[in-house]
Amino acid sequence: MSSPAVAPIRLVAIGKRYSGTKALDNVSVEVAGATVHALVGANGAGKSTLGKIVGGVIRPDEGQLFVDDRPVRYTSPREARTHGIATISQELSPMPNMSVIENVFFGIEPRRYGMVHRHRMRAQYDELIAQWGFELDGNAKVGALRTADQQKVEILRAVACDARVIVMDEPTSSLTSVETKTLHRMIRILVDNGRTIVYVSHFLDEVLELADTVTVLRSGRLVRTAPVAEETEESLVAGMFGAAAAAEHFEKPQGSTAPVILDVSGLNRKGVLRNISLQIRAGEIVGLAGLVGSGRSELARAITGADPIDSGTIAVDGAKRHIRTPADAMAAGMAFLPESRKDDGLFLELSLAANTTFADLGSVASRLGVLRLPVERGRTRTLLESLSVEPPAPSARAKSLSGGNQQKVLFARWLFRNPHVLILDEPTRGVDVAARAAIHRLINKLAAEGTAVLLISSEIEEVLGLAHRVLVMRRGSITREFSADPPMEAVMEAAFGLGGGTTS
Amino acid sequence: MSAQLPDPLAGGPVVAGDPVRADPTAFQRLRSQRRIRAEHIRDYGIVVFAIALFCYFWVASPVFFTYQNLLNILFQNATIGIAACAVTFTIIAGNFDLSLGSIFVLSEVLAAYAAVHMNVWWAFPVAIASGLVMGLINGLLVTKVGVNAFLATLATALTFGGIAVGVTSGGLLITPTSSVFTFLGQHRADGIQYPVIIFAVVAIVLQLVLAYTVFGRHLYGVGDNRNAARLSGLKVDRTIIITFVLTGAACGLSGLIDASTTGSGSSDTSGLGGSLALLAIAGVALGGSSIFGGVGAVWRTVLGVLILGMITNGFDLLAVPDYWQNIVRGVLIIIAVSISLVVDRRR
Repeated sequence: MSSPAVAPIRLVAIGKRYSGTKALDNVSVEVAGATVHALVGANGAGKSTLGKIVGGVIRPDEGQLFVDDRPVRYTSPREARTHGIATISQELSPMPNMSVIENVFFGIEPRRYGMVHRHRMRAQYDELIAQWGFELDGNAKVGALRTADQQKVEILRAVACDARVIVMDEPTSSLTSVETKTLHRMIRILVDNGRTIVYVSHFLDEVLELADTVTVLRSGRLVRTAPVAEETEESLVAGMFGAAAAAEHFEKPQGSTAPVILDVSGLNRKGVLRNISLQIRAGEIVGLAGLVGSGRSELARAITGADPIDSGTIAVDGAKRHIRTPADAMAAGMAFLPESRKDDGLFLELSLAANTTFADLGSVASRLGVLRLPVERGRTRTLLESLSVEPPAPSARAKSLSGGNQQKVLFARWLFRNPHVLILDEPTRGVDVAARAAIHRLINKLAAEGTAVLLISSEIEEVLGLAHRVLVMRRGSITREFSADPPMEAVMEAAFGLGGGTTS
Repeated sequence: MSAQLPDPLAGGPVVAGDPVRADPTAFQRLRSQRRIRAEHIRDYGIVVFAIALFCYFWVASPVFFTYQNLLNILFQNATIGIAACAVTFTIIAGNFDLSLGSIFVLSEVLAAYAAVHMNVWWAFPVAIASGLVMGLINGLLVTKVGVNAFLATLATALTFGGIAVGVTSGGLLITPTSSVFTFLGQHRADGIQYPVIIFAVVAIVLQLVLAYTVFGRHLYGVGDNRNAARLSGLKVDRTIIITFVLTGAACGLSGLIDASTTGSGSSDTSGLGGSLALLAIAGVALGGSSIFGGVGAVWRTVLGVLILGMITNGFDLLAVPDYWQNIVRGVLIIIAVSISLVVDRRR
């Protein structure tokens, strides 16, 4: 077996901004050759961004990437590939209707007379899987393979074009534990043969088991790079979250005896949610913490009829409700602020008035369905002003507003209906500090007025600052419950599946 | 529906020069003002263009600006216009309908069939109802079965067109000469042809529905962001089906008018039936409604259809060779669509 050159990678003072917010700020990392180098951090810490910069998927705004001590500037993953750097992303990108072999050699097919030389391609494939000890039917259609096997295809694709560095972004997020072990074995073989793996993951146990070196990121900044031998899960969690951030903290009523407004019991959705039960009382804010992929958003979508459920009951105000569509949930008095305001929330081309009143047009229309536009404008303006949306102009287009103001407009749509139950999925994502504080105060005020609130957030500080109770989800189940103001470390450890009371 | 940002510098002229360069926020404001101007071109350029074209033909041809000729332009484009105004609904809701021409042809043929084999009065409900049913089929295919609208309506277009040929055995169905039947297409009220009146009524009613009713607002919402519309409690499928049904009924009405005008039902697609879908959609696009949905208006479609009609009429009057008409139409659509794409990309 040929031993390819070791490829040390150096990132120097890397910076990257997304519409004003810093995703990465002055991050410098050295990746030694023939090692597994893990990048860890909380959601939004910048670990995926850093991986993508190495793979040429995104370009840094500041700083310099060195490969083999030469400065490089990639404009595409393709260019990185010619330097021997391949990326295997979270969303695998194979061509589903082509065979494994065709995928592996796509773009580098052996040719004869300008045609693909199928025999030689087959022979090269057999050689490749023998060399790396993989088992995979070359003629299978990639679309029919399991995720784990599709990943093998991607890895083979990388080694087939002689990649020396392979960036893996959350490769095990949809694998079973057996498949994860297989992947780790493959990674070991790759490293023993001089390949370098940049491994982005939020599974700390895997990182500790697999990696040689680990880099911890927090809010786009480098915390440290250290040999794995010096780290434990606790030390990594501490590094990822640091001292408690200064999120505004609200007074929390204890032991409420208010009536239960939302009562969910035994909710199941195959492969997504397992036996979820929860209750929220009037005026209570229940926080839902957990990692991305733990089923938080899926739970919100299931409760509000956005996604179907297999079994379980949902009761609102003590009455059992059959909720099959979002319209049913709204009729039951629920309001749902979805995770992605661009994909699921706003009508970007429409006016703020249209955005605000869309879920309750009947209240600004005559019985024949004719809109009373002056009434709509007036009520929208009042609401926008009370939420301090800037500009509070009912005729402005939604897409002309900043992220924070757009989010307030979405709140306006649901407040327009006076819901009993408010389900908020990442209510402050991509929102500036001032708007964030305003939204927090708004949530607290709504609860004080008797609304039952379910708050989902990746920012643990946000959950802890607002929630009266905290539920932790992991792999589709609620695994822990904390009363008001639990220590952040305890919540994080539960989310990562450490400590007592977990089921995984 | 075009909502503009309030102009930060409204009323005050911007003096370009050193003060602007010295103050970065002033520069930004200048930029944003320029952007608003580009949006104006995108949103209202077509109106200016229509007026300019109108003036050009007025000056170039002595016949163009006569009452009879202008009425003729409206008359000749009434059937296209009715279909185009209705399909604007479908397009604003984010879908597409290629079957306009075939619904038109089959409705026309069935209307003539009813007039021949039953009572002439039957022609009216048969035409509208058959268009409605064909629209319903399109709508169900697109929503309940989930076929892509482009493909679904391409397929139904072939099917409906084929049935029309079958009903007429490939020829014409000559309707009995009855003033009841020809009244719509061949008579006038106060000198104005009935098709022109119907076109005007359809256009005005649809524009009012779109701009001032809950249903109209739902169309914009579905076209702009289907997921958001669903999560806001809207029955998205039903809304989409209604747009197809309306479009089908409108094409049925157009077919009826055509049958009445010619006194026959023809399944020949070399006529208007073959080009109706493309001309109507061309009119919608030229008017400035987005083919991706969420943005548009019926008055824009009327403008688009009339520009295309004026080009035909004006070029005929000026004796420009026929093939120039399509070249100019094509180039116009490309320019219209490109302007809106370029303006949107700059933001």
